[in-house]
This record gives sequence, C-alpha cells and structure tokens, in this order.
Amino acid sequence: MWGILRRSAVDGGGFSASSLRRTRSALVSARSYASGSKEMTVRDALNSAIDEEMSADPKVFVMGEEVGQYQGAYKITKGLLEKYGPERVYDTPITEAGFTGIGVGAAYAGLKPVVEFMTFNFSMQAIDHIINSAAKSNYMSAGQINVPIVFRGPNGAAAGVGAQHSQCYAAWYASVPGLKVLAPYSAEDARGLLKAAIRDPDPVVFLENELLYGESFPISEEALDSSFCLPIGKAKIEREGKDVTITTFSKMVGFALKAAEKLAEEGISAEVINLRSIRPLDRATINASVRKTSRLVTVEEGFPQHGVCAEICASVVEESFSYLDAPVERIAGADVPMPYAANLERLALPQVEDIVRAAKRACYRSK
Amino acid sequence: MAMWFARSRNLVSILRQNLGLSATLIKRNHSSPRPVFTNYQLSSRVFLDPSTSFRHESTAVETQPDLVQQSDHEDDAQELDFPGGKVGYTSEMKFIPESSSRRIPCYRVLNEHGKIISDSDFIPVSEKLAVRMYEQMATLQVMDHIFYEAQRQGRISFYLTSVGEEAINIASAAALSPEDVVLPQYREPGVLLWRGFTLEEFANQCFGNKADYGKGRQMPIHYGSNQHNYFTVSSPIATQLPQAAGVGYALKMEKKNACAVTFIGDGGTSEGDFHAGLNFAAVMEAPVVFICRNNGWAISTHISEQFRSDGIVVKGQAYGIRSIRVDGNDALAVYSAVRSAREMAVTEQRPVLIEAMTYRVGHHSTSDDSTKYREADEIQYWKMSRNPVNRFKKWVEDNGWWSEEDESKLRSSTRKQLLQAIQAAEKWEKQPLTELFNDVYDVKTKNLEEQEVGLKALVEKQPQDYPTGFHI
Repeated sequence: MWGILRRSAVDGGGFSASSLRRTRSALVSARSYASGSKEMTVRDALNSAIDEEMSADPKVFVMGEEVGQYQGAYKITKGLLEKYGPERVYDTPITEAGFTGIGVGAAYAGLKPVVEFMTFNFSMQAIDHIINSAAKSNYMSAGQINVPIVFRGPNGAAAGVGAQHSQCYAAWYASVPGLKVLAPYSAEDARGLLKAAIRDPDPVVFLENELLYGESFPISEEALDSSFCLPIGKAKIEREGKDVTITTFSKMVGFALKAAEKLAEEGISAEVINLRSIRPLDRATINASVRKTSRLVTVEEGFPQHGVCAEICASVVEESFSYLDAPVERIAGADVPMPYAANLERLALPQVEDIVRAAKRACYRSK
Repeated sequence: MAMWFARSRNLVSILRQNLGLSATLIKRNHSSPRPVFTNYQLSSRVFLDPSTSFRHESTAVETQPDLVQQSDHEDDAQELDFPGGKVGYTSEMKFIPESSSRRIPCYRVLNEHGKIISDSDFIPVSEKLAVRMYEQMATLQVMDHIFYEAQRQGRISFYLTSVGEEAINIASAAALSPEDVVLPQYREPGVLLWRGFTLEEFANQCFGNKADYGKGRQMPIHYGSNQHNYFTVSSPIATQLPQAAGVGYALKMEKKNACAVTFIGDGGTSEGDFHAGLNFAAVMEAPVVFICRNNGWAISTHISEQFRSDGIVVKGQAYGIRSIRVDGNDALAVYSAVRSAREMAVTEQRPVLIEAMTYRVGHHSTSDDSTKYREADEIQYWKMSRNPVNRFKKWVEDNGWWSEEDESKLRSSTRKQLLQAIQAAEKWEKQPLTELFNDVYDVKTKNLEEQEVGLKALVEKQPQDYPTGFHI
C-alpha cells in the first residue's frame, strides 16, 4: 500500500542509474501521495501528459529539435510522431529564435504550441520572442492577442555538462509579468502541471530537470486520469513540520526531503514546501508556514544574486517579520559559471549537508 | 471581375522565346544538356484560382544565367551523390562571384509621368478600385502630415510617417483579401486604413485614451486590430518574420484560403529573425508573403552599410523562395506583384518574397532629424520628382476618373475630419486605473488583485498626490 520510493542515486558526479537505494518513508508517502502502488517516471509522466492533451485538443502541437523522428532528445516526446503525424510533431531546423518565433506566431493565430528547448540554456537565443512577444502581447494588445504557448525543456544543472548547459533560468523568467513559470518535482507534479500549462491561455515556461526524468515516483489513480490537472500558483507541502520551513523547487525538493530526514534524527521537525509554481509564487502558503515555524531556509540550484530565494526572503521579511525567530537562510548555487570537473561541480551545487547546516543555524543549533 | 494579365504580346511567342533562351543557356558548353538547378526551370504555369475560377498565368520564374558558369569538361556529365541530392561536379575551380554582372531588374508598369509602359504585364484595375486606391493614398498623406504636426505641437508623444511609401501601403493592401493575416513592422498603417480602421480609431490609439483598442498600453503608431486581421505592431525589429511563418503554418494546418503577409524594412533584414523566418517558411512550405520595403535608410544607416548583396531580392533564392523586385513607388506594379504573390502563396502553399524599392522621404520618426545624415536635396528630389502619389494620380486623372475638384474636396474634408478626430481624442478621458492590472494574464493572479486593491485604497486616501480627474 505504501509506495516505495525507488530512486537512482544522484551524486554530484557522473550520471548513472546503476546504484539504487530504497527508501521507505511512510510518513512522506501517506501525506504526499494517495494510496496506490503504481509508479511512474517523470519522463513517462510528461509524455503521457502531452499525449493526452494532444488527443483532447487538435490545436495542440509539439515543436522542437529532435522531437519527432529521434523521439525527443530526452525521449519525452517518444511515440508522438507515430501517433499524431509530422504536422503535429514538428522537427525544426536549428534555430531557437526561428521556432520560438514561429510558435508565438502560431499561438497568435489560435494554435496551442508546445515548444521544446533542448535545454533552457538554448532559450537564450530566443529570449526576445519569449519576453517581448509571448509575455507582453496580451497586455500590449489589451487582450486582443493571447498567446497560449508552453515553452518546456530541461533547466538547471545536469551532471558534467559545464557552464553553458547548467544554468537555472527560473529567476530570469519568473521576473517577467505576463509569463507563468512552473517547476515540477515528482511524476504527479509533472503530469498535473504540464496539463495545466497546456490548457492555460497564457504563455507558460515549464522548467523540467534532466536528472529527474529517470526517477520513479508513486502515482495515484486520480493523477493517472486524463482530466487530472494541478492548479497553477499553488505550492505543495511535501512534508509537514513545526520547527523550520524549507522552501525549494525541482530537484532540490528531493534534497530537502533527505535533509528533513537527517534533521528529524536530531530532533528538528522540518516542513518542506515544494513551490511547484515560481510565478505566480504562492506567498500565502510560504508565509503561513513561516508563521507556524518562525524559521525559513530557502533553497535553489541557481545563482544566488536576484534569485528565487531572494524573492522568497523579501516576501517573508515583508509579510511575516514579527514571526521570525532567526534571520532568513538562503542556499543557492555557487556564484560561478558551472565547472565541469565532478568534484568542482559538486562544490558548486547545494548538497543535503548544506541544507541541514542551514536549518540548524536557523534553529540556533550550530556555531 | 475578370482578371488576366494584360498583354500586348502573344503569350505563346513569349514562351517559345524564353524556352529557347534557356535551352541555349543550358546547352552552351555541354555535349549533353543538363540543368544546373533542377528547380530553376523556366515555366509559365497556368493554374486554376479556386476563388475566382479564372485561369491565371503565374509570373514567369526565370533562370539566372550569371549565377553559375558552366565548364567544358566531359566529367560534368556525371553526378555526385550527397545528402541533399545529386550534384554535378567540375574540375575547374571557379568561385561564384560576389555579385552578378547585372542587378536584378525592377518590375514596373507606370513610368514617372503616370503612363503605362508599353508591353507591360499587369493585372488591370477598375475605375472603382483605382479611385479608392488613390483616395486612400492621399488620405494617408494627409493623416501623416497632421499627426506629425500634432506631435510637434506636443499633443502626442511620438509619431512615425510613411511618406514616400504610400503606394506600397495601399496597393499591397488592395491586393490582399480581408482574411489574409497581416503582421506589420511599423510603417504600414495604410494597410489598416485600407481595411477600414477609421481616422478616429487611429487618433485614439495615438492618444492612448479610453476608446483606444489597445487600452493605452502602447506607444503611438502601435496599432492593432483583430477585427481587421492586423496584428498589433511590435517594436523589436523582425520578430514578426518567424511569427508570420507560424501564422502561415496555422493557416495551412487549418486549410484556410488565406495567407500570412508580413512587412520588413531593408535594415530589418539584417536581423537573425529574417534568416530564421524565411528559412523556416520555406522548409514548412507555409503560405507567407514577405514584403520588404527597401527604402534606402534604417534611421541613419544607409543600405550600403547594411548589406553588400544586391538588395534583398537575391536572398530569396538562397532560401529556396520565389522572389521579385518591384518598383515600390508604382502602385500598379505593387498591386500586380502582391496579388500574384498572394495567389501563389495560397494555391501552391509556399512563401514568396517581394522587394519593393522605394525611398523614405520622411525622417525615421519624430525622434529623428534626417537632414543630419543625408542631403536635403536628396530628400527633395524623392519628395517631388519620384512621388508615388502624384504618379498614380496622373494615371487616374488621364483615365478621366479624378479631377482637381475631387482632389481639393478630398484633401480638405480629410483634413477637417482628422483635426476633429484629434480634438475629440485629446479630450476623451484616459483609461481607468483598473486597466493597469488587466490583461497581464487571462485571469488576474492573486498578487495583482492584491496590488489593485492596495492602489485603489492609496488613491482614495491621498487624492492630492494624483492628478485631478484621475479616476479609479
């Protein structure tokens, strides 16, 4: 009955699915997932979400490099070309600016494109279309031109791919009014949020994570239903606690949960919030949690300056200042372009120990 | 209305002549004839236009003899297999010259005196259509003049004229169908004018008042109207090109009898989006008509500093796109070219490129003084001797369709209407405060709702900090 979390060990070093570690976390399973013994990888969750939305609405189509014939650079669009044909699963030439512009134009004309970036690092070559056209058109045209487009792809660090393939763009896109920015963690997140994104009439930036694609998560019957959808703008409390609030998104949610386990052994009860939605940010849930625990540790993979964590800290200080018993703690990636060497890469990214240390600091339990 | 190419020459004799010419070219240095590019065969295709059920002859697609020189070697009869198809080879090392010995000629119908050049191919224009075209060209001139003055008087913050490009604006619009989706750059308000946008509606947008369809969100001249299939003007240059390919793709998927039409200036063709848009439209076989207004200047950058190619028309072939160079100051030529291009785009589901040669008589915008970087004489010459409106007027007058009386009536009534429109637009109240937060998203997010409530409360509490008449 309890889902068994099976996870491939993700070290800072090379990506390998060879070492498996079984973790039975009854409390987590009961609170987080409806009872059901089915499991699904994030990859399959995304694939099924796109498949179902394409089936339900003929205006939805997929576009990107290698999405068709190659079945997707990360196999997220596997099987879709065979099912829907080349008009709806379109292999593009190598021009992010080109296919993003085309996606925006198609959205202007009433279609619903799902544009894949091989990684969001490459979206930099198309960022004008995303920001100046997609994000702002509805406002500038006073509602005459809406842009029901989804930009999706892997975001943030993978393993051993260096500086130009590892940046997290959550803060960049989430600072722009007119965009919605989502970051799933589990398979359920992936399904529910992607379906919501495709259905949403506004442009959505959907930040996946390459290292999460292969991870399996328990999934409920409800989440497997084709009408399943998660609300945009709502965070999820992955683990309830009373001593310190840890907020994060994407892969770091897994790290935070592990950190919470470690903290529990030392008598600190951590509440882990999976943001799910970076814009709109669920300030209400975050602040309610901090008002309960009086302490905040906010975690992200991306660069520290002007990051998502900075926004959360500002929000908490503005709205819940008198509830805080300790200064807010912010864990982010190192302020350097991502190095390639495995040992350096590990040092440049937040690890479980960093989260544990920060939580202890917030609880005045360490030097 | 029956349409056909007005030809004073016999079509069959042209075909024979041209086929003979290409056969000569191909045979020139060979023992066995072999075309260089299989796509570039001279053909005059006759196809059925589903909308009118009349037979059209497509514009002849010509070989470009200068582009590649043939060699003498017998090896050339053999071909090599590469990804992308078979290609002949040559042992003679010869570089394709950076420019052709002859520039691509410019298609024109009317001479500078408004007389039809003998033996012209063109699609005839009825009296009704011609008069409407002329009236709109004159209206555009008056509109530009008056709005420009209004900006100089400080009544609007910014304006951008289309002086010198009235023929491109109006004749292209006249050649399209209302279902064709237009993605403008910013110097094409004439297209919107043709489609029925009123002078009052133009004024409202420039003043950003409550009646503005754009709800005061955009700078002046950034018009847009879904009703008229004219997408809101977007400031970043050339972004509309790949977007037009996307619109074309959507029309293709929905099997609509319409195409996307997009405009760009000579300067805009330097943007990466130009390459992406054209390349993609060709690969996707999308029904898009790309119209480049080559007016010689991109703010202060002359075309000699913008590119080193023979203008923009030669770039079409590089993308596998059919193209034509047309005299942009000749309304009849522009009409015929755009009409034909549109038919090709829709019936053959392919992109087409039109380079319309013209001159930007006005300054780039009200933020520019072009006398700082070009000769006043040059501007005067184009304004007076190469004026597209006068040229078309002469033709319309020669046909007995327009008189001086009509002229003064039109100009004075348009001027009056515009002055009234400006006065009214100026007085009209501005958008209420609530419009600040609408349309960021389809449905306002919670934080925007909270901010709106907060701002309303602040305005009520501190009215002295806000201008009189400022309303929530």
